[in-house]
Amino acid sequence: MGLLQSFFESDFWQIHIYTNFIAEDRWKYLTDGLQVTIIITLAALVIGIVLGALVSVVRVTHDKAGKPGIGLKLLNGVCQFYLTVIRGTPVMVQLLIMYFVVFATVDPGKLAVAIIAFGINSGAYVAEIFRSGIMSVDPGQMEAGRSLGLSYGQVMSRIIMPQAVKNILPTLNNEFIALVKETAVVGYIALGDLTRGGDQIRSQTWDAFPPLLAVALIYLAIVMLLEKLGRTVERRLAQSDRS
Amino acid sequence: MIEVKGLCKKFGKVTVLDELNITINKGDKMVLVGPSGCGKSTFLRCLNQLEAPDGGEIWFDGQLVNGRGTDINALRRRMGMVFQHFNLFPHLTVKQNITLAPVLQKLKTQAEADEQAMQLLERIGLADKANAYPNTLSGGQKQRIAIVRALAMDPEVLLFDEPTSALDPEMVGEVLQLMKELAASGMTMVVVTHEMGFAREVANRVVFINEGKVQEDEPPAEFFNHPKNPRLRDFLSKVL
Repeated sequence: MGLLQSFFESDFWQIHIYTNFIAEDRWKYLTDGLQVTIIITLAALVIGIVLGALVSVVRVTHDKAGKPGIGLKLLNGVCQFYLTVIRGTPVMVQLLIMYFVVFATVDPGKLAVAIIAFGINSGAYVAEIFRSGIMSVDPGQMEAGRSLGLSYGQVMSRIIMPQAVKNILPTLNNEFIALVKETAVVGYIALGDLTRGGDQIRSQTWDAFPPLLAVALIYLAIVMLLEKLGRTVERRLAQSDRS
Repeated sequence: MIEVKGLCKKFGKVTVLDELNITINKGDKMVLVGPSGCGKSTFLRCLNQLEAPDGGEIWFDGQLVNGRGTDINALRRRMGMVFQHFNLFPHLTVKQNITLAPVLQKLKTQAEADEQAMQLLERIGLADKANAYPNTLSGGQKQRIAIVRALAMDPEVLLFDEPTSALDPEMVGEVLQLMKELAASGMTMVVVTHEMGFAREVANRVVFINEGKVQEDEPPAEFFNHPKNPRLRDFLSKVL
């Protein structure tokens, strides 16, 4: 009993733990922030995958077509431009431009701006990941599908894409892990994410280490969870590899 | 059934097919032979437009195959193809490999396609592999399933592109056996192969393609015993 009591009376508890996390419900900065981080990441992920898959299919279709039509050429040009610009500039600059320029007059809310900015950013990287995945599938697969009378789109969605996704899973997971951590810059548009939450606590208690350590540990936990999730999905999809 | 007129195909500066003419009749078992690089595979791949010809016409049952407004998917349904490297879909089970195309194209319901797949698998003695993935099968089994996959579309003609070239020697027999059975059932077949025994035994026409042209087109007995073309004599002396 004496041991427990002396622990709660110690400086470690009183100053570092109690003041930082319990007093004035400061832990809420972290949980609220975590929520924002997760929402941005998940929504950006969905946008990124849809955008990336579409862009990659346009690029691959264009590159494979012997004489691409004018429409396809134009579409491919737009995709190339998108990839170059998005991958050529820092995500933070993109976020600031999105918030202060693109959505300067119509404000859809900071959360929406962050989701759009990160979704568009992630889409560029996911597109190239998907493209490498599609190119890793044996060309004989397309020929076999087409020889059975299936359309290009049907072969793409039912035969090529499932195999491509399986091939790129580790790389895709890597992109997701990077995305979670990249969202840490949304504090720049005054959005209260996990990082911002920890920083809020620091600014109130002037005790930097505990809140920032807590933030770091939470990111680490999310990433470890994603790694585990990635391995599970890989194992599931590897079913057809077993011989 | 299939009429090829003046077919031309170039890869870069190399002319692979040079004004090639040939007619394939219903029920023909045509075997194409020739030195490697002579264009026999390219010819086969032009028939179902996996390769776009640079010139000439291919007519299939009165329809221009390489025309602008042609519904190529509809034509491909009637022309099955079997590939050297099988090209089974590795992410699908054997049964799914067979049923995917007919069901996606709404030619059959899933139940009908499943039933047909099982009948076909039964016929080749691989019904127990219906739910296996291709990677668990031997080369011979894969190729027989690839043939069955093409058959599931109820095609009118089957194109074989070196179907036994990628197989271990002991597996060639089972694939040729299935092809013989198909031939006996009256299927129209166009086969690119190096199996001269198969050509002798099964073909009704053996065609020698060289320098992008048909240089000999005879029944097997005549083709192998009395070759007229000097290049063919040279070729046969090397392969027989």
